[in-house]
Amino acid sequence: MTDAPKLASERAAQADPRTLRFGETWAYAAAPEGTDHFEIAERYGLFIDGAFADAAQGATLDTLNPASEERLSSVACGGEADVDRAVAAARRAQPAWAGLPAAERGRFLFRIARLLQERAREFACLETLDGGKPIREARDVDVPLAAAHFFYHAGWADKLELAFPGGRPQPLGVVGQVIPWNFPLLMAAWKIAPALACGNTVVLKPAETTPLTALRLAEVLVQAGLPAGVVNIVTGDGTTGAALVRHPGVDKVAFTGSTAVGKEIQRALAGSGKPLTLELGGKAAHIVLDDASIDQAVEGIVRGIFFNQGHVCCAGSRLLVQESVHDLLVEKLRRRVERIRVGNPMDKNTDMGAINSRAQLERIEALVASGTDQGAKLYQSSCALPDRGYWFRPTFFTEVSQSHRIAQEEIFGPVLSVLTFRTPDEAIEKANNTPYGLSAGVWTDKGSRILWLAARLRAGVVWNNTFNRFDPGSPFGGFRESGFGREGGRQGLRGYVQLDGELLGA
Amino acid sequence: MSDRVEVRKTYKLFVGGKFPRSESGRSYVPAAAGGVNVTRGSRKDLRDAVTAARKGLPGWSQSTGYLQGQILYRLAEMLETRRRSMVDEIGGGPAEADAEVTAAIDTITYYAGLPDKLPSLLGSQNGVSGPFFNFSTVEPTGVIGVVAPDAPALAGLMALVLPLLAGGNTVVALVSEANPLPGLALGELLAVSDVPAGAVNLLAGKREELVPEFAAHRDLDGLLLAGAPAAAPSAAAADSVKRVRYAGADAAQWSLAAPPGVAWVEPFVEVKTFWHPVAP
Amino acid sequence: MSSPVTPSDFRVPPVDQVALEARAAELASRSIKKDSKRQGLLMAVAMTDLTTLEGKDSPGKVRALCHKALHPQPDAPEVPHVAAVCVYPDLVAVAAETLRGSGVAVASVATGFPAGRTDLSLKLEETRRAVAAGAAEIDMVIDRGAFHAGQFGQVFDEIGQIKEACGEAHLKVILETGELRTFDAIRRACRIALLAGADFLKTSTGKVAPASTMPVVLLMLECARDYYLETGRVVGVKAAGGIRTAKDALRYLVLVNETCGDLWLTPERFRFGASTLLNDLLMQLRRLDTGTYQRPEDFSKD
Repeated sequence: MTDAPKLASERAAQADPRTLRFGETWAYAAAPEGTDHFEIAERYGLFIDGAFADAAQGATLDTLNPASEERLSSVACGGEADVDRAVAAARRAQPAWAGLPAAERGRFLFRIARLLQERAREFACLETLDGGKPIREARDVDVPLAAAHFFYHAGWADKLELAFPGGRPQPLGVVGQVIPWNFPLLMAAWKIAPALACGNTVVLKPAETTPLTALRLAEVLVQAGLPAGVVNIVTGDGTTGAALVRHPGVDKVAFTGSTAVGKEIQRALAGSGKPLTLELGGKAAHIVLDDASIDQAVEGIVRGIFFNQGHVCCAGSRLLVQESVHDLLVEKLRRRVERIRVGNPMDKNTDMGAINSRAQLERIEALVASGTDQGAKLYQSSCALPDRGYWFRPTFFTEVSQSHRIAQEEIFGPVLSVLTFRTPDEAIEKANNTPYGLSAGVWTDKGSRILWLAARLRAGVVWNNTFNRFDPGSPFGGFRESGFGREGGRQGLRGYVQLDGELLGA
Repeated sequence: MSDRVEVRKTYKLFVGGKFPRSESGRSYVPAAAGGVNVTRGSRKDLRDAVTAARKGLPGWSQSTGYLQGQILYRLAEMLETRRRSMVDEIGGGPAEADAEVTAAIDTITYYAGLPDKLPSLLGSQNGVSGPFFNFSTVEPTGVIGVVAPDAPALAGLMALVLPLLAGGNTVVALVSEANPLPGLALGELLAVSDVPAGAVNLLAGKREELVPEFAAHRDLDGLLLAGAPAAAPSAAAADSVKRVRYAGADAAQWSLAAPPGVAWVEPFVEVKTFWHPVAP
Repeated sequence: MSSPVTPSDFRVPPVDQVALEARAAELASRSIKKDSKRQGLLMAVAMTDLTTLEGKDSPGKVRALCHKALHPQPDAPEVPHVAAVCVYPDLVAVAAETLRGSGVAVASVATGFPAGRTDLSLKLEETRRAVAAGAAEIDMVIDRGAFHAGQFGQVFDEIGQIKEACGEAHLKVILETGELRTFDAIRRACRIALLAGADFLKTSTGKVAPASTMPVVLLMLECARDYYLETGRVVGVKAAGGIRTAKDALRYLVLVNETCGDLWLTPERFRFGASTLLNDLLMQLRRLDTGTYQRPEDFSKD
């Protein structure tokens, strides 16, 4: 027997029998999604001018399943010569593509949307295997939204004059696009669909760790009969992306990724006058007021930070809670976080999957260590984690100060920082105290307060009594260092057309 | 008759609604301003101007579009009644100068009618697949730095500043280096129109010295520069992900020969999208 | 109640319908397979209140129902008996006689079921008589007229008096959520019933559409959970009406499993009020055992 002092929470648990118990009565059997309906090739080439080919230098990259660390396939690692070839193919294809009757351009996009729907299960499985996200999300969010983006933009192709009255919209030419690893197929759709609708041709560079669904999308493009060279997909690493954005034959650059790389790209294009859109990092404030629908707010918070393992640029990573409901909310959140099912991403009942890569896992671990070091109070789910693969428990910190690194830096993982406020003014002050400005959330039952707060939040998307909702018709993008330009909606087309009388880019 | 010693104007900066001399104590003799000394702004003057513009931002940006429009229209009234003195500040041929004032007045009235239309023109209600009310509106980017062309000194400045004001931004503008007099005189009009202090701040000085400071200042949210795209300011601006645009050198754009619509406003407003559930 | 209840006790936090429905839909997408499916189906059988509430009910039909309740699948001893047989008050005695000593309870609707539009004294008398005739569980309806008129105290008092009239019998309080319409109203009605001493919160009579829905039951479970954490008293939840398939039943059990947990995964704390659900549960159990799809005609329709 030792007389070690007990934690307050332990004492409370002993004194109070009112504790809920979970999982001892009814455990769910494993429900893995089957993968016998499709094949993953041993290796993939670059998709240039309508055909797959090895990289000129023969370089390849392995792509892993982050849930098992097993190699899934190898993909070509494109170099400057490959980018050159891809840009040239896009350049050759562009006049004819832009010259097609607009309705026909639209019909290709409709076809792509339908093919994605038809092959949805295969895409969802592949996305989960390559990226580590739960199959439930790949199936219910990534793939349907990707198809929806093509379908939505298909309808714009022959209505561009309606979107920009008097602007005489013209295509920009060849668009270079670089996308991240968190929503590989969806980001490809966000980029390719509006570019093609507006008459541009594309060279797309998928993320190094998640190239497979973009390459499968290339197969769909071929199936759809899209003319060769209209979309070219050059897989590779950071150097491949750098070669693409700096290529003189690229007329416009669109990038989604970290703020640091976004700044590099902005610098690289300086003086070129080329249009650029950047969708960068975030550190979204998620504000809960004392009159909020509290159980739904808890669901919103969970969706805000643990969706896709927190690998979401608009994740609600800073929870600002009105002091009077802080304790209740944190208690409810603690219980709810304990219920998140972490594990095999291919299991249909998994809520949170694997961290995308070892490098990302290490970054998350380092930032969480800083949170503990700086004095914030750590809470982590007690869930069991698999032995192999890259995993991190659902985590949140209370007693966080604005000055803590975990309150300032984008963690891009399943880690939430909880802060408090007393008045709406203080909530706004704290929410806006960041260089970022991508998204924000507000939970309150009072309409006038929602509108007051939403108008003052410096963020491109404000979710009120909801979070992490996306739609192709809804413009998405950031204020400040979260980037510029929008994706989705009528406003999203603006990044892919030239208009009469417009100013010159940087 | 002509032996009266006339009172000459001291050309000072316009910052936060006041007319300070440069903190640097320097002045310069602009190339096309009749040999007068003009106070020469420094990086610290820029700092002060950005502070003033930031302070003025909530007041200007949260005014209703209707009020913004009326205030800008008041500025046009002020300029119209001071047409003759402004012609003198512009100098050169009186007919050309008069035409430039006309262009400036036309520009102001064009944009005076715009602020209360922007939500309709640039915003939208968005159809989404779910039980949500979804709309997008526009908000000003924030504090924007302007580098005006050498000529036309007044009309060029107005063509750059007005779309930014119409978008709800506040402005720190570096006026024409060659002839800063009309730009600085604009401050005198702003001071007596109802434009709130800090909404427009005017600096005179050397572009070579000040443009890099504009580009590097982290509390400027955007830059709008006359002339062709240039690598150095654009690269420096990337450090804080500024919105940067260049107006080129096409003479036609300094008048309303081709009305610009919202083309010059759009790069300096931010689209904000709002989601709200719909349920009984 | 240790301290008197005041109107402010009937205030409840707001409910966001869209987010509540989204959470229910998310839980509905759980995939329950193999052993967990068998266990879930057996649990659902044991949680069923086998119900007949029709004007044409007869002693013969009730007896047949009771036999089905006792031995849902006579050739499969591992299939448990159901939780209760639920009938109108005049048939309580018939059911009680058939079920005596079996562990299957007799439940009776009371209080002017389904509309509840009768005098309180009659409601109390109906309750006492049903209990006297052998009902171990009383399913009462709340006074929706009073509720919509804002007379929450009256609703509360009536539940309290019925509870008293129940004596030892368990009281299930039917909110008739299909008539309350909004989730804010449902949450308030839950609060009133909990404070007034309900042993179970029950969704519906089955006579009003919509009857039980996943979001409604999720909300009720949240209310019961929070009330337990507040007071230590465990109140059950009964989903009644419109639940016809084993698949739906498993989805409800997922709600219980992930919202309230183990304490509620028992017939003491969670029930299905249904008439046709049982046969689908049995069919799905047989399919699990044999691996082949079944035909409804092979299962007795009592």
